[in-house]
Amino acid sequence: MMAEKKERYQNRIELLQGTLDLLILQTLQWGPQHGYGISLAIRNRSGEILQVDTGSLYPALHRLEKQKWVKAEWKVSENKQRAKFYRLSAAGKKQLTNERSKWSQLSDAIAGVLNPGQLR
Amino acid sequence: MSIWRRSKREAELEEEVRSHLEMATRGRLERGMTAEEAAQAARREFGNVDLVKQTAREMWGGGSLDRLMQDLRFGMRMILKSPGFTAVAVLTLALGIGANTALFSVVNGVLLNPLPYPNPNQLVTLHESKPNFDAGSISYLNFRDWRKNNQTFSMMGISRADSFNLIGLGEAEQVQTEFVSTDFLPLLGVKPVLGRMFAEGEDEIGASPAVMISEGFWKRKFSGAPDVLGKSLTLDGRSYPIVGVVPASFELRIGSFSARELYLPIGQWNNPLLPERAAGLGVHGIGRLKAGVTLQQARADMERVTRDLTTAYPEADKGIGATLIPLKEQMVRDVRGLLLALLAAVGFVLLIACVNVANLLLARSLGRTREFALRAALGAGRGRILRQLLTESMLLALAGGGLGLLLASWGTKAAMLHLPQGLPRADEIGLDTRVLLFTLGASLLCGVLFGLAPALKISKPNLQDTLKEGGRGTSGTRNRALGAFVVAEMAMALVLLIAAGLMVRSLSAVWKVNPGFDAHNVLNFGISFSPAMKDVSADAIRAALRETQSKIASTQGVKAVSLSWAATPLGFDDEDLFWPEGQPKPPSENDMNWSLSYVVQEDYLRVMGIPLERGRFFTAQDNERAPRVVVVDDVFAKKFFGGQDPVGKRIILINKGGVAEIVGIVGHVKQWGLDLDDTNSLRAQLYFPYMQLPDQAMLLSSNGTGVLLKFDGNVPGIATSIRASLQQISGEQVMYGVQTMEEVIANSLAARQFSMIVFGVFAALALGLASVGIYGVISYLVGQRTHEIGVRMALGARRSDVLGMVLREGIRIALLGVAIGVLAALGLMRLLANLLFGVSSSDPATFAAVAILLTSVALAACYLPARRATKVDPIVALRYE
Repeated sequence: MMAEKKERYQNRIELLQGTLDLLILQTLQWGPQHGYGISLAIRNRSGEILQVDTGSLYPALHRLEKQKWVKAEWKVSENKQRAKFYRLSAAGKKQLTNERSKWSQLSDAIAGVLNPGQLR
Repeated sequence: MSIWRRSKREAELEEEVRSHLEMATRGRLERGMTAEEAAQAARREFGNVDLVKQTAREMWGGGSLDRLMQDLRFGMRMILKSPGFTAVAVLTLALGIGANTALFSVVNGVLLNPLPYPNPNQLVTLHESKPNFDAGSISYLNFRDWRKNNQTFSMMGISRADSFNLIGLGEAEQVQTEFVSTDFLPLLGVKPVLGRMFAEGEDEIGASPAVMISEGFWKRKFSGAPDVLGKSLTLDGRSYPIVGVVPASFELRIGSFSARELYLPIGQWNNPLLPERAAGLGVHGIGRLKAGVTLQQARADMERVTRDLTTAYPEADKGIGATLIPLKEQMVRDVRGLLLALLAAVGFVLLIACVNVANLLLARSLGRTREFALRAALGAGRGRILRQLLTESMLLALAGGGLGLLLASWGTKAAMLHLPQGLPRADEIGLDTRVLLFTLGASLLCGVLFGLAPALKISKPNLQDTLKEGGRGTSGTRNRALGAFVVAEMAMALVLLIAAGLMVRSLSAVWKVNPGFDAHNVLNFGISFSPAMKDVSADAIRAALRETQSKIASTQGVKAVSLSWAATPLGFDDEDLFWPEGQPKPPSENDMNWSLSYVVQEDYLRVMGIPLERGRFFTAQDNERAPRVVVVDDVFAKKFFGGQDPVGKRIILINKGGVAEIVGIVGHVKQWGLDLDDTNSLRAQLYFPYMQLPDQAMLLSSNGTGVLLKFDGNVPGIATSIRASLQQISGEQVMYGVQTMEEVIANSLAARQFSMIVFGVFAALALGLASVGIYGVISYLVGQRTHEIGVRMALGARRSDVLGMVLREGIRIALLGVAIGVLAALGLMRLLANLLFGVSSSDPATFAAVAILLTSVALAACYLPARRATKVDPIVALRYE
């Protein structure tokens, strides 16, 4: 998800939009966080593989805010810096559960195709 | 999403991303990157901010209003950047839209607006249909029976115009009045400002006198004093108490009815023929249909009523039916054709204006293809670019529409001052809501019309070609489009010019028509006698008439005078019924012969300059003691006597006391108008000596008489001298309606002249716009081919060759336009046929002249750019490869 050439930019967002949303919601499960913190958390927990840049992150955050799955508030961070903190709303928690189960279904389905011998 | 909140949100977003990057930089530093590397990474990432804003913006659906504001701002900037182009475009549009608005306001007021009476669709005009006249006068007795026996009308009324001599209220004056039946004003929704309307039965013959005055009269003569009710007016010597005041807001002009100063009950008319069922006295009516009744049903009902009357009164009502015409229809049907033709013409003008502006936009597009190609490469969709260009066009169109509205309001005011008298409902013309909406709609439509083609062309550029330096590649189709537009313009201009040309020729043909008399220095007016004349004998009236005649004749400057009754040329008409002596009296009036009837004195031929063809005219000896004589015109002679000589034969005149001998034939006079007389069915004319009128008819002259006289043009103030002479007879006489016969003729042509002027203005506009159009296009094409011209000249072409090349291009376009225009005109001018006179709708002379004119103008318009082409310096042209 690093920012690549502009022509493929739109495509990136389309494909992985739902997945990014899922990761953000999951991250916020552990408490309110600002944008930088969310991108750090995702990077760390994915073992440096998933690196979200501002061009993907902030549109996603605003989208989630528009859907009322997250709520936002300006606060002062640990470093005495003003930052916008996001936290899950009740609807967001429900959405997270839905997304997680959809993701499981999806990954099982893909695994079934890739490894035809292993029937579940 | 409001703009204020949107920018707040954007500021927040920027701050958010900035703080993110600060933290990221700090994180990188902590992880061991160098300061520069960290700064570099941060800068790279920061470049995303704009795209983030864009995406966030679109997500927040700042959407359509946002984009519109953007487009508008951008459009305004583009327009202000090229003021010359904008000025020409806006002015062109203003002329086109303004002309349309002006004409539409006329069409709106006259044709579209509902009449200003309650439920106007229920109103119909009423006439008797007679064997000779479709819309003839209703007799008083027939009217009473129609009113009693019909089942489809809720109200019916009749009216008849007249004038009275008013004394006792300041200076004696002649007042225009209308005789009305009781229901006439109420059925038009008129409610009195003061007092009451006429009561049921008050309009019958023998009822007590009463009069209603108009608000204008009330203010003029009584200064609006509230005690006017009960006061009396002395009209023609009789006293009429005022019972009510009619509001000034009442307006109606139809047939001979006009909202006037006084209204009298029709029973008060002292015409001895009023109680005659068969009399035709110029009385017409209006009726209001009952709710839900259709015109068909009413016509059928009236057919029943008139049939019953024919059975009951076989002599008087034989062949008499009823004619019903919806009120609005009757008012506008004469002008409707002309107005619609004018609307089509002005529509052409607007199309030409739009084509011009489209050309301007298209020509300007060269400078902008790179701009739009770049935007397309950066991802702007075609729809977006199209929308933006159309917004620009709309701005131009609305600006043009606004200016056009201004022009239209001035133009309409100016035109109203010169409108011909006959235009119905002229007082209802103005810029009302519907007209404003029309202007708005026309502007927007124009914006789309002229904006679409250029926008479609610009928004689909060939990226490769245009981004290269030069970008001349794909101009072929654009040039073809330009050429086609100009050809269309020329064609439309040609059609309009031909229409105007035919109108001009029609008018000049009508002017040349010989009216049958010499109108030079002939004066026409009426005299209304003092009320003392009311109750005198017929002989006393004859004496008074003779005294008047000699008084006028002895006035300095008067060369010849004839008192006149009944018809006057190009004015009122009057008819006589007769049959030839020796034949049995026809059973009913409708089986008798009709002729126009002029009651005049012996000097009439000298006054009017009408040629005497055979026999003799009257002399002073043909008076009340001599046997009756008549003089007929050549049409009468041919119609009723075929090849035989009518002189010496006798006819029996119904209203003139019996037998009269024809003693002479005179030339025909165009009674119905210079252009309309030839096609009228009633053209036979006869002249009767004034003094030989039977006593009963002579008594009608107690009110006054008409006068026609020839005067010496070198003597000034003829009318004043005559007035002074008449005052010597009686201070209570009034001289009114003074006009020269030349004025009468000019007035009869005023409508034709007006339409000619309007067509002419539109044609001139179209010609101007089309010339500008062809000039613009040729200039542009020359500009396009500068390079090619440079090459040619470098290869040895002379300046005259280049001139020829450009002119040939221009002629080609012009001739194509003229050819198409001629074909179109051949078809379209046929629609104008009934407005033309003396010239066919495919008159070759007019067509040829206009074609030559247009081609020459086009050539002239091409000349300047052609000369500019010859001035091209080949070195300069070739350098900018």
